[in-house]
Amino acid sequence: MLAAILDHYNYWLIIFLMMIGLYIVVSRGNLIKKIVGLNIFQTSVFLLYITIGKVNYGTAPILTGQPETFSNPLPHVLILTAIVVGIATTALGLALVVRIRESYGSIEEEDISVSEQFQAESEVNKISS
Amino acid sequence: MLDMVTVVDVVLLALLSTTAVAILIMRHLFAVVALTGAFSLLSAGLLVTLDAVDVAFTEAAVGAGISTVLMLGTLALTRRRESRPPRLSPIGLLIITITGGALIYATPDMPKFGDPNAPSHQHIIPSYIKGSQDDIGIPNIVTSILASYRSFDTLGEVAVIFTAGMGVIILLGRRREDEHGYSEDGAAYPLKDKNKPKINDETST
Repeated sequence: MLAAILDHYNYWLIIFLMMIGLYIVVSRGNLIKKIVGLNIFQTSVFLLYITIGKVNYGTAPILTGQPETFSNPLPHVLILTAIVVGIATTALGLALVVRIRESYGSIEEEDISVSEQFQAESEVNKISS
Repeated sequence: MLDMVTVVDVVLLALLSTTAVAILIMRHLFAVVALTGAFSLLSAGLLVTLDAVDVAFTEAAVGAGISTVLMLGTLALTRRRESRPPRLSPIGLLIITITGGALIYATPDMPKFGDPNAPSHQHIIPSYIKGSQDDIGIPNIVTSILASYRSFDTLGEVAVIFTAGMGVIILLGRRREDEHGYSEDGAAYPLKDKNKPKINDETST
């Protein structure tokens, strides 16, 4: 039983983290909070990938001249790329939040949809009058 | 069976879970951003126990550093508090139950944690580990793969960063503009529609 848990506990805890991130994205209306949730999700995916690359009693994949067991370096390379791409998307998302705040005066989803509805109605009134 | 690495691993994952739940509950966005930085730093610690030292280094610099700075900058331009109190979202709970259930259902098919015979360690990796010293001449295998064996990935990454940077400049660069051209003080872009409802920012909380 303990062996079965030890074989997979890392995956389960990382999936738990991932689901918290997803829940923040789905349930919270504040746009900055949504981006934070996305970041948590992202970091959990990184951890999942690195978990797959781990080898028991392995060390960091740096050659020292002695025969050693190395962990798999390929997920490390992929995740290095993913971290940098992640910060690029975060920056773009935050820039969008700043623009939304300038145009709508709010970063809450509900306020934005109310504001859009109001705008649409006032346009309809303008045409009919 | 329970060695020290496992204990450190579990403790770090527990701390990460606590931080994530705190982020979920907190309404003060400044605290949320600070906790996001702590989350990244903890995950960097976990990456070190999983032998990914290069990734840990990048995560600590980019995730805990640059990303926190960007978020604090955004907070300075927007607002500090979430206006709606946190509430239970049935759709969100349904989504995470289904997604999480499916993922956990799939984990028994995954190779065991740390299994040296897992399929992902069998293909191409042994030749990278054996050949990188002669092929590239750098002791760090991650650097060899990143900059040489898989350098086109890194080239694509540069294209992505360039695109994102252009996007940010296009989105925020307009703020200096007004109807007559460029305003010198860099004032906010004037709102065209004066009829839109005023939403009170700081008082609505």
